[in-house]
Amino acid sequence: MTQLVFWVFAGVAIIAAFMCITRRSPVASALWLVQTLFALAAIYVLLDAQFIAALQILIYAGAIMVLFLFVIMLLNLGASGPSDMAGRPGKVIAGLLGILLIVELIAVAKVLPHSLISLPEGTVEVMNETQGAVGMIAEPLFRGYLVPFEVTSVLLLAAVVGAVVLAKRSV
Amino acid sequence: MTPEFKGLLLAAVVKIVVVFSVINVGVMLIIWQERRQSAFVQDRRGPNRVGPFGLLQSVADGVKNFMKEETYPAAADRILFLLAPVMAFIPAMLGFAVIPFASPWPGFDFAMPVLGRFVSAGVVPMVMADLPVGFLFVLAITSIGVYGIVLAGWSSNSKYAFLGGLRAGAQMISYEIAMGMSLIAVIILVGNVTLSEVIGRQQDSMWFIFPLLIGFFIFMVSAFAETNRLPFDLPETESELVAGYHTEYSSMKFSMFFIAEYSNMITASALMAALFFGGWDIPFTTWDEGDPSVVKSLVTMVVFGLKTWLFLSLFIQIRWTLPRFRFDQLMHLGWKFLLPLALGYIMMIATTVWALDALGVAFGIRYALVLFGANIVLSYGLFWVLDRDRLFGGSRPGNKRRIA
Repeated sequence: MTQLVFWVFAGVAIIAAFMCITRRSPVASALWLVQTLFALAAIYVLLDAQFIAALQILIYAGAIMVLFLFVIMLLNLGASGPSDMAGRPGKVIAGLLGILLIVELIAVAKVLPHSLISLPEGTVEVMNETQGAVGMIAEPLFRGYLVPFEVTSVLLLAAVVGAVVLAKRSV
Repeated sequence: MTPEFKGLLLAAVVKIVVVFSVINVGVMLIIWQERRQSAFVQDRRGPNRVGPFGLLQSVADGVKNFMKEETYPAAADRILFLLAPVMAFIPAMLGFAVIPFASPWPGFDFAMPVLGRFVSAGVVPMVMADLPVGFLFVLAITSIGVYGIVLAGWSSNSKYAFLGGLRAGAQMISYEIAMGMSLIAVIILVGNVTLSEVIGRQQDSMWFIFPLLIGFFIFMVSAFAETNRLPFDLPETESELVAGYHTEYSSMKFSMFFIAEYSNMITASALMAALFFGGWDIPFTTWDEGDPSVVKSLVTMVVFGLKTWLFLSLFIQIRWTLPRFRFDQLMHLGWKFLLPLALGYIMMIATTVWALDALGVAFGIRYALVLFGANIVLSYGLFWVLDRDRLFGGSRPGNKRRIA
């Protein structure tokens, strides 16, 4: 059953991603991307990462993509102009990079033992019972990895300040 | 199929059908109530012809909307124009799924003539899906609802609808942040996000309206903005944008936006009742927390319905009492007042909770009362800021009134 659900959502994700990069209209493209994000959220749920799935929808699909759509609509972007991948050299490079990415993925799947990237069966359910879906993430984030977490937030703050300064030339 | 699986299936199907119908009939009745209440505010009668007290007015309107001609603007994007009402309607129906609406139903074991035995060994939780992510699911789903409105505005290819859609996008994103921030205080007190635990925690101490008074205030204001209700109905301001994002819509497609708005209101009210007013808890008694029984489930369901209905009436009363905000005022309130307030509030609650835990106070009524005191102090300070010298010092002679 889980297998079946996985294949359905994986198929939806791949088809939606393909539609996203082939549509001419930016609005349709953005909506297909939202569909991809939804399918990925469903796959996160299958991996017992409900909190990540909720955040995926809340932040990516619900906030960031709405902002994307907002900007597309505000600038009134029509059909896109000539692609920056135009010409034979561009297509060849893109093809080579795509093949390289697939090779890398296969290599990672072959070389890395499955036990290194997966927890023992049933661990996540137990943690879900004892700590809750949020506590499971929050505990290591605020205890074990506090310094990297805070450094990341300083980085994000710098990005926000930079964006405001760039957008508002005369402060 | 085993009897246990059939029992599970039966419970799930019955819950889904009952809640779905209650929401849809509730929407109908709330529309009627809104029209009667607005008539009361404006000193007229309101709909009173169809059925007793005009109760069936919404049915008549529904039939009319089914019969009306479907219209498509000439330059509209056909697919998205058709899809937009659906994208507003479905999230509005989904949000209620994680809200517990009664105390648990006792387990059952009975047989039916043809279908065989149905068994549920443990209690049946009276919530459609008790997800581990709890109210985050409601936030996520309501944030999806904005697509319907934004796309309705864009695909209509009309400047009024377009402006309404843009406004909806900006407004929803702005107030989602304040809404999420106000709920962090709830997470601090409960330690989890599932609504059943939030309600349990409130039964252990007191309703969170007291220890989280200002958090509730922030949440309520954001909920008004998220559901596009007055004083924040900027996406459909009839005085400037004709009807905003649904200007070009007619018949049942328009109706779907309308139903979506009201079912969003029901979900927001139910969420307020569950998060800050004890959910299905009956105050001043622990009768409802004992062993589950059918009577308890039914009584608590009625209590939960009453609490939700009170907030719905508040939504309506405020709509017909307050004038509309200007758009820059709306953004100002969201970003420059509610967001800093919510951030400061999280710090205040976290510090108080930390101090209480350090002093070794057990979680209970005393714990909640200390937090309530801290809230009262903060809200007194807030009144001075918000008042801008008008009520407290305004009548004093020689006082320069600063009205910004």
